[in-house]
Amino acid sequence: MAVKGTDIVKKLPDLGKKNCKECGFPTCFAFAMKLASGGATLDKCPHLSPEVTEELEDALSPAIKLVTVGTGDNALQVGNEEVVFRHDKTYVHPTGIGLLISDTEDSAKVDEKIKKISDLQFDVVGINLKADLLALKCDSGKKDTFLALVDKVCKSTGVPFMLICEDADILLAARDICADRRPLLYPVTKNNIDKIIPAIKEKPGPLGVKADSLEELIPLTTRLKEEKIDEVVIDPGSKDLMEAINDQTFIRRAAIKQGFRPLGYPTIAFPGTLAKGELKEILVASALVIKFAAVLILTDFDEFGLRPLLMQRLNIYTDPRMPLSVEEKLYAVGEPGETSPVLITTNWALTYFIVSAEIESSKVSSWLLVKEAEGLGVLTAWAAGKFNGDSIAPFLKRSGVEDKTKTRKLVIPGKVARIKGELEDALPGWEIIVGPREATEITGFLPGYAAKLKN
Amino acid sequence: MDFKAPVESFAGSVREVSIGSGAKTVKIGGENRLAYSPFDEGSTPNPPRLALEVWDMAPEDWPESTTAPFADVLSDPVKWAQKCVDYGADMVCLRLVSTDPSTKNAPAEAAAQTAKQVAQAIKVPLIVCGSGDEKKDAEVLPKVAEACSGESLLIGPAVKENFEPIAKACQEHGHSIIAQSPLDINLMKELSIKLSKVFPADRIVIDPLSSALGYGMEYSFTIMERTKQTGVAFKDAMTQMPIIADLAAESWKTKEAKSDEKQGILWEGITAVSLLLAGANLAVLRHPDSLKLVSDTLR
Repeated sequence: MAVKGTDIVKKLPDLGKKNCKECGFPTCFAFAMKLASGGATLDKCPHLSPEVTEELEDALSPAIKLVTVGTGDNALQVGNEEVVFRHDKTYVHPTGIGLLISDTEDSAKVDEKIKKISDLQFDVVGINLKADLLALKCDSGKKDTFLALVDKVCKSTGVPFMLICEDADILLAARDICADRRPLLYPVTKNNIDKIIPAIKEKPGPLGVKADSLEELIPLTTRLKEEKIDEVVIDPGSKDLMEAINDQTFIRRAAIKQGFRPLGYPTIAFPGTLAKGELKEILVASALVIKFAAVLILTDFDEFGLRPLLMQRLNIYTDPRMPLSVEEKLYAVGEPGETSPVLITTNWALTYFIVSAEIESSKVSSWLLVKEAEGLGVLTAWAAGKFNGDSIAPFLKRSGVEDKTKTRKLVIPGKVARIKGELEDALPGWEIIVGPREATEITGFLPGYAAKLKN
Repeated sequence: MDFKAPVESFAGSVREVSIGSGAKTVKIGGENRLAYSPFDEGSTPNPPRLALEVWDMAPEDWPESTTAPFADVLSDPVKWAQKCVDYGADMVCLRLVSTDPSTKNAPAEAAAQTAKQVAQAIKVPLIVCGSGDEKKDAEVLPKVAEACSGESLLIGPAVKENFEPIAKACQEHGHSIIAQSPLDINLMKELSIKLSKVFPADRIVIDPLSSALGYGMEYSFTIMERTKQTGVAFKDAMTQMPIIADLAAESWKTKEAKSDEKQGILWEGITAVSLLLAGANLAVLRHPDSLKLVSDTLR
């Protein structure tokens, strides 16, 4: 629940009527409105008492705490979410996907998993998709065994990691050999919280708090907050997917809609404890990507499971207000040569995906020009003046397509057939061919067209 | 600060649509809360249903992973449909692909007879979809409605260009209708308004189009989520219809699904899970394994 400017102003000097302008704003009210929208900071007002400052700081902090695991470029950030539904604004920090390594797994398996976390990466329209962290778990109950695993992982990868151990002494001992890497410590429970607190005050870092229910989490996060520890992710201990959906939804609603601070933290879940089987675990994870989980730890994954999961995360966390776009350039679909067809479309990622997929399935290697149009679809781009003769011609010249092919025929989307004339005027020597209206018709159109080109 | 469980209650409800006649009747919709929210006030009388698709001609471009489970029945829609029921499908979706003018251009009468045979042979309700060619569908679907009179099929897609003849025939012969609009909540409402003037609103199922994972799924997801929300929370009568997520073809057309069987099953499965969580009341799938997986996961 975001705090309103009208509520803030009452806390400012003289109930917001001082209007001294020392903050740089014309009135206290203007300053309060800026504070509420995040456009100003409290320190600009020199007249606030420490109590009021603390109260306002708390009110102005995000409904869901931002938590950082790891350090440097690889660090994983979760939290700071502002909405329940993605269409209300957008989701901000994609769910962190982690891979579990148990200290009872043999060293070949451990090596394989360490390799997987860095090797399994996928490029989608210039976005790099990969898993985010390793979760190292002490199942052996032996301190030396666990520390050896932690040490090995520390030395072999820069990926952020999480340490899981029921025994707080072993957990803290493991933390001590890698505290500079800011590992996420888990689980903090009502049984070990007294031991954990002093150790965290000494070396601050993120904590994973676990309880058997949402209600039982509240005294734990409250206690930590009193100790000024708030870099926390929470695990309500859900037993199955339906319970997890319930817990996750209540946590998100409590944080956003009720402004309930003790649950205003990102969440963590373990799909492998909610369902067994490699495919089912991925499917459960995908349900929790939608249902608000901030970190998901998988028992294992391979390319066929990780790729769709990361793709789904990308889809769900894409800002619905900003169309995803691809780079403006000449794309080769298949292995086009100097007599291959040349087609053009706009740089909305979806348009590009669909058109290139249809060209691929037509099995006719082609040159695809993708014109920058602020990520709009073909017809909208035309209407906005981003896809017409004057703008396409210079791009085509720039793209280098004329050096790659002897073809001087350009296929334009059927929906913008009207630009044929102006494009021919702007591109002397080129013939403009009006192609299919819908991408799905490309597979029907291309083979015949390509055959004609060759003759 | 005391914690009060953020249970929500809603004033609107989704219309309940019955598909199939007699003992095989299945209802979809009817809920007055959001998808997968048993913790909120209200009720969800009918769980989301899962259908498997059947073509009326042997498909040529399906990846082998999807033809293998049906290898012996691909040229017999009746047996194929029965096999879908054996695999656990709540419904069967028969696609009259052969009527497409750009392929076999089979006559409407023949397709209607196939639909009738399939409807009579299976013990679950039948969904019948045209080829998607709006002109031909306007010819084929009324014939299907007539031939299958009394079977209470779900017939579609009816789009803004062809809904009139389809609605008329479905009205006359007691079927429900799929109202399809292209990924836009306003166009969807516009079609609902037009259609409900000539057709009972409690026999309309809306299809806002289902894009596959990685190929625009987020648009379908958000339109479905908003549709459900405006219907249930804001009582907009023109979005209070059950939603169908017909995602089989889109999912299996992707190169990711074609290239690896397990990845394909997950591609279809994750698309289905996402759209069901968004609020779809009925999903059409292709692979029996993804059907089972989705069913096991979300039930």
